[in-house]
Amino acid sequence: MLIFFLIPFVDTVRRSFYDVRGVNFIGLESYVSVVNNMAFRLAAVNTARFVAICIPLLLVISLGVALLVRCVRPGGAVFKTTFLLPMAVPVASVVLLWQVLFNDGGLANSVLDFFGLPGVRFMGSGAAFWVLVATYLWKNTGYNMVLWLAGLDSISDTLYEAARVDGASKLQSFRYVTLPCLLPTVGIVSILSLLNSFKVFREAYLVAGAYPHDSMYLLQHLFNNWFVQLDISRLSAAATMLAAVLLVMILIIRRFLDEKD
Amino acid sequence: MRRISILAHIPLVGLAMLVWWVLWFMLMGTLMSVEELNATIGAALHDDGGRSFWPVLPAWPTLQPLARLLLDTPHFFVMFWNTFRLVVPSVAGQIVLSAPAAWALSRFRFRGRKLLITVYIALMLMPFQVTMVPNFLVIDRLGLMDNVLAVILPFAFSAFPVFIMLKGFDAVPHALLEAASIDGAGPVRTFLHVGLPLGLPSILAAMVLGFLDVWGAIEQPMTFLGDPSAWPLSLFLPQIVAEELGLAMAASLLMLLPAVLFFLFGQKYLELGIQAAGIKE
Repeated sequence: MLIFFLIPFVDTVRRSFYDVRGVNFIGLESYVSVVNNMAFRLAAVNTARFVAICIPLLLVISLGVALLVRCVRPGGAVFKTTFLLPMAVPVASVVLLWQVLFNDGGLANSVLDFFGLPGVRFMGSGAAFWVLVATYLWKNTGYNMVLWLAGLDSISDTLYEAARVDGASKLQSFRYVTLPCLLPTVGIVSILSLLNSFKVFREAYLVAGAYPHDSMYLLQHLFNNWFVQLDISRLSAAATMLAAVLLVMILIIRRFLDEKD
Repeated sequence: MRRISILAHIPLVGLAMLVWWVLWFMLMGTLMSVEELNATIGAALHDDGGRSFWPVLPAWPTLQPLARLLLDTPHFFVMFWNTFRLVVPSVAGQIVLSAPAAWALSRFRFRGRKLLITVYIALMLMPFQVTMVPNFLVIDRLGLMDNVLAVILPFAFSAFPVFIMLKGFDAVPHALLEAASIDGAGPVRTFLHVGLPLGLPSILAAMVLGFLDVWGAIEQPMTFLGDPSAWPLSLFLPQIVAEELGLAMAASLLMLLPAVLFFLFGQKYLELGIQAAGIKE
């Protein structure tokens, strides 16, 4: 692990201050060039937008699903399996389906036709971004549901009993018992969702290639394209920045939650 | 309570359809003849201005595309084999390397242990895009570019399985270890005879998650394997989609099946693995 990740990562940070061959010290030049790069700005903005939209959506949806699954306790296992299943579906095996759904002559447009709505160019317009959001939600709801369920199970029944004795309604006991008790789970669920959000690159890349529509050009595309060009200095600088941003975000989430405890 | 249970079914079934329909599509698509596929969804792939539609059941179910894929397409087997050649050593490596590491982190008190665990967690949380450059530097230095080891080694050394097993080993009661050492078992025997059997669920959890991860891996082989003849199915499939609709359907299903089967058998451990990540340390 040390050999494959830690030491080379330090080397990566070092390289971000050097030229392409890693010989001459050039200071912050790579960082300046990365930040001024238009593609980087586009990708960074898109990625931030994607994360900012997806994670709250996913948290709410998966919590809703977890609560619903708990309500149908006898048959809940079937739904649990169902929602976890997309996790096991390899991206490559649904590429074909995604194309069939979202290409110009695809099924999604047929459905729109059926309802008399105008067709949408899903892959060639801003809608591409939303297709990606939907894909992410489809894939990750089950994962988060399991985390929520674990959180929900850890709330002791006596708390609910106490709430009932105090005359709390179902809604009130949800608001004043369930939600506060779930707070510690929120942190870890958001951290893991954040990291899983980087994996949508697989979908995006397989469906739309290395240079997709501007609205879904993510940092991951940029990294990949720079890698193909072997632009190690810029790549190192960008990777260092990404790692730093992620670390700061994770620390903020944890700090925020520790204070609540 | 009963009323709530019935009401809850409505949104759940609606959402579940989104998953079931995908599987149904894959299954029925494989049973369709090439002509029928072209007539129904050809419009989506050829962009000839037409619209696609999808019947509930195929008009004439046939196994012909599947048979063609299995009998007349030798390079499909090469890709299948390539995938296994990546998955099996990666997952096996994860287990062999991570189990002792996790055991040591869980059981021995040494200086820097806390720091090391924190480093593991931080690394586990980094996406591939961050570790790509460091990985590349090492692989390049070792002269392993375009070698399958370039994909296998970083997977085998990944931090995630260590983390999951660490959680599992932490749950092994101390009393058992003391009993083992009173019986005269050394550290290695304690690990093999007490740690491994008791930590088995978490090891299986790491295995299931590892398998699913490597089976569907795209970025790593794409980045580190330049030669298409060594590519796994996950990279090969998207390429045949446009040309060979029938084959692509059948191949997609065959790519899906092992993952889904593995998932169904290992679901209990998968959930365990997910929860392990969720427990606050």
